Amino acid sequence: MDINLVRSIMTAVMFAVFMGIVLWAWSSRRKSDFEEAARLPLDDDLAEQEMARNNGSKGRAQ
Amino acid sequence: MQSQSTYNYTVVRQFAIMTVVWGIVGMLVGVLIAAQLIWPELNLAPWLSYGRLRPLHTNAVIFAFGGSALFATSYYVVQRTCHARLFGGVLPAVTFWGWQLVILLAAVTLPLGMTSGKEYAELEWPIDLLITVVWVSYAIVFFGTVFKRKTPHIYVANWFFGAFILTVAVLHLVNSAAIPVSLTKSYSAYAGVQDAMVQWWYGHNAVGFFLTAGFLGMMYYFIPKQAGRPVYSYRLSVVHFWALVFTYMWAGPHHLHYTALPDWAQSIGMIFSLVLLAPSWGGMINGIMTLSGAWHKLRTDPILKFLVVSLSFYGMSTFEGPMMSIKTVNALSHYTDWTVGHVHSGALGWVGMVSVGSLYYLIPRLFGRTEMHSMKLVTLHFWVATIGIVLYIAAMWIAGVMQGLMWRAVNPDGTLTYAFVESVKATYPYYMVRLLGGTLYFSGMLIMAYNVFKTVAGQKPAEAVIPAVSGAHA
Repeated sequence: MDINLVRSIMTAVMFAVFMGIVLWAWSSRRKSDFEEAARLPLDDDLAEQEMARNNGSKGRAQ
Repeated sequence: MQSQSTYNYTVVRQFAIMTVVWGIVGMLVGVLIAAQLIWPELNLAPWLSYGRLRPLHTNAVIFAFGGSALFATSYYVVQRTCHARLFGGVLPAVTFWGWQLVILLAAVTLPLGMTSGKEYAELEWPIDLLITVVWVSYAIVFFGTVFKRKTPHIYVANWFFGAFILTVAVLHLVNSAAIPVSLTKSYSAYAGVQDAMVQWWYGHNAVGFFLTAGFLGMMYYFIPKQAGRPVYSYRLSVVHFWALVFTYMWAGPHHLHYTALPDWAQSIGMIFSLVLLAPSWGGMINGIMTLSGAWHKLRTDPILKFLVVSLSFYGMSTFEGPMMSIKTVNALSHYTDWTVGHVHSGALGWVGMVSVGSLYYLIPRLFGRTEMHSMKLVTLHFWVATIGIVLYIAAMWIAGVMQGLMWRAVNPDGTLTYAFVESVKATYPYYMVRLLGGTLYFSGMLIMAYNVFKTVAGQKPAEAVIPAVSGAHA
């Protein structure tokens, strides 16, 4: 097979893969996962504050 | 609670402080060479001459300032969003001291005139080998941390940081392939137009992955964090990521328009550069819209000002870039100061502002404070830097277009209207404005250094405990 044909097919495959990613990202099944992921930087602080509160109350109790 | 493990903040602190230090050094060299273009008398000695200091400036601001900022923020973000301490034992420390050694070696060898002559890859082969060791360690630390994460998802910022680390490794290895003839001299493994193409495949992807993908990682963490809201569209961020990755690799040939590079390769470079506008603006809109519903914060919060204005400059330069890659526009702009203006709109406006904004968020938290010593000084820094950039890029736009028009002007009999030196003479006033703009931006960094010193002095380094498993779901 001509090397340029292989290259052309490769380009088309890459394009198809990219369109697949777009469809995947916009499918409604991804919605809840993405929402959870988007909160990662924000929930991080909440987790820490909560832990500090728990530790604090334990400290007072003892 | 002694048994609880903590994040590795030590290496983040080291890189964060060195970002400020190298920023000042690199920008000071920039101011000096801008002055040398006006007053050539300032070329005092061979090792202080423009030709040797210019690569020192670019290496210092890109790899020392930008690199340290990327190390600091990627190490912080990957730990905080994976709920895991940095992987690799002493390897994070190896990356810090190794990277500082690379910078010191660059600062010695470049003024001595030791160079492989490849733009943004000037360092000679022994230093290239050291870079490889540091970079492989960086990859092991970063991906090791992602691998042992306690959170179910890999946050999008880590995808951008990961792509930056992986791609820069490949770019560095391919473009630095050389045949050494002595300890301080080597010749490229490629020849002729292939060498040029490899160089600009490297060069443009250094822009795309070192100066864009990595800093987009910062953007996707620090803007949501500072605004207190999740990113506008996570879907868009996923598509933004893959679109950039699929497209950037092809844009390099636009640096070689109207050269010996085959015409079809030039056209491909131009088309992919035009396509790049879409993902770039998608990312910019995603970042800016994260503030929707919280626009009022922009009035009072100087850190958000830094972050959002950085995105505006990102949008401007990623519109300007595709435009300049069009062959007919490039025929006017190439080799003129317009290119210099374009680069600095991206470097000072996007890379510089997003780094500085992220550091103003990061540094107090690394030293157990919630805020910088003086938020007034942060605001002052913001305005000084913004005015500096505007002066810089406006001067270079006008100078560049003027130079392009003068160089192409011909008399009715076909002879050139202007001698080259006439265009140099006409550029002087704009060089003065550029020097003023650059000096303003540099003084902003001095304000930052003072503020950082006051924030850090007398403070104990902070430790942060890693949240228990699945704390994020509470």
